[in-house]
Amino acid sequence: MGLLDKHKFIETNATILLVGSLLVVSIGGIVEIAPLFYLENTIEDVEGMRPYSPLELTGRDIYVREGCYVCHSQMIRPMRDEVERYGHYSLAAESQYDHPFQWGSKRTGPDLARVGGRYSDEWHVDHLTDPQSVVPESVMPKYGFLTDTMIEPEYIDDLLKAHKMVGVPYTDEMIEAARDDFLAQADPDSDYDALLERYPNAQVRNFDGEAGISEMDALIAYMQMLGTLVDFSTFTPDASR
Amino acid sequence: MSKKQDKTEVETTGHSWDGIEEYNNPLPRWWLWTFYLCIVWAIGYSIAYPAWPLIKGATTGLLGYSTRAEVAKDIQTFDEMNAGINAELAAANVADILPNTPLGDYATNMGAAVFRSNCSQCHGSGAAGAKGYPNLLDNDWLWGGTVDEIAYSIQHGIRNETDDARYSEMPRFGADEILEPEQIDQVVEFVLQLSGSEFDSALAIEGAVVFEENCAACHADDGTGDRDFGAPNLADAIWLYGGDRETIHESVSEARFGVMPAWGQRLTQAEVNAAAIYVHTRGGGE
Repeated sequence: MGLLDKHKFIETNATILLVGSLLVVSIGGIVEIAPLFYLENTIEDVEGMRPYSPLELTGRDIYVREGCYVCHSQMIRPMRDEVERYGHYSLAAESQYDHPFQWGSKRTGPDLARVGGRYSDEWHVDHLTDPQSVVPESVMPKYGFLTDTMIEPEYIDDLLKAHKMVGVPYTDEMIEAARDDFLAQADPDSDYDALLERYPNAQVRNFDGEAGISEMDALIAYMQMLGTLVDFSTFTPDASR
Repeated sequence: MSKKQDKTEVETTGHSWDGIEEYNNPLPRWWLWTFYLCIVWAIGYSIAYPAWPLIKGATTGLLGYSTRAEVAKDIQTFDEMNAGINAELAAANVADILPNTPLGDYATNMGAAVFRSNCSQCHGSGAAGAKGYPNLLDNDWLWGGTVDEIAYSIQHGIRNETDDARYSEMPRFGADEILEPEQIDQVVEFVLQLSGSEFDSALAIEGAVVFEENCAACHADDGTGDRDFGAPNLADAIWLYGGDRETIHESVSEARFGVMPAWGQRLTQAEVNAAAIYVHTRGGGE
């Protein structure tokens, strides 16, 4: 009982006690968290995942800023009722470029992991402006001010750089072209071929139907992309996971 | 379980700080044994189920459990149970599926579930629609109200980016300066007259000419519309965006462009057929 005899020594030396506690807690962390970073099967290889386009990323920031995650999760769980309602269960790969991730268990509103393409842009505008006009039973607040808040891609390359720093594979070319891509995605009359080459399957539209790029454009661009990237026709989930 | 002891009989641990001593009360036995049992259970659990991270992957567990396999099995069970009737529903000509038959009842119930998860957000949980999203309960149809036509609308959608979508585009008569502002005022009065609302007769007479030259090609000479173009009937009291002077003015000037997704990309053929039958039975079906 060598260590147990040192009981008094540990308890009467605050520093030693602190270091000891830290050691014990770290073991838990190391066992639970560290393997996720090196195990190859944590994130499966899937076709179609790409980093967010500059406009989508801006929309995502608005989504986070407005606290949409407080009521909406973005994680379809592997259960039959969820799959029937929302579509294929979410894969880790689908949130690999999320900083921070938007998983969660609070669903005052529906899960949004695959909301992309489900509704028209016009519906999103109507619904965000006055949710009760289309869904009378909804308790969602109104976000009409997003249409009036115009945005400039002033710091967009910094935003991409920040995401690159935490591991999103934005290339130097992407960062350099961020401003152009941001503007091109909301303008169907622009030359957006380069944007599509950098961000395959990006949707180019005037999302809110109004002139100029507003926060509404960015948010809808983000939502219309959600869950649409992975090509499930070429993907067979590894059932053993 | 030990008898309740007088506090003074309890031994101390021998620790003493500033003259304060610590009683050596053991944990209740039941608690302690439950704790030990939990440890034993946890070891067993981590052997039976996926648990320990190793170099390349985690242990898979003796029982071979996986959430993904579980949900796949769950879905397969129901798919198999409904396989026969779903195949029948998918293969059937929707117009031939009659209500009050087993297949018709199944389709209506399934369609109701499909409608609530996918359609109600725009068309309302009671299918009464909203401004800009058609009411599916009435007898007014933009693209056709037979069950076949409803099924086509659901399958391919309206004005989306797929090739087979129903498509039409009204010109923006005001925003693109096709008509003069006074011509728009005139035609708005004529449309008000068509629909039986109050109107300014002097303007409406002029408006009739504007209508004939610009609008009649799609909305028909008498304003009853044309389903080939999804052009609404303007001669009734049913309005998708509103029938007051201001809203009609906006519709003529800015045009409308309602979009519906192609649900055939998300739903199975059986689900599309079921939703069509459900919508058709809501009251307005032709």
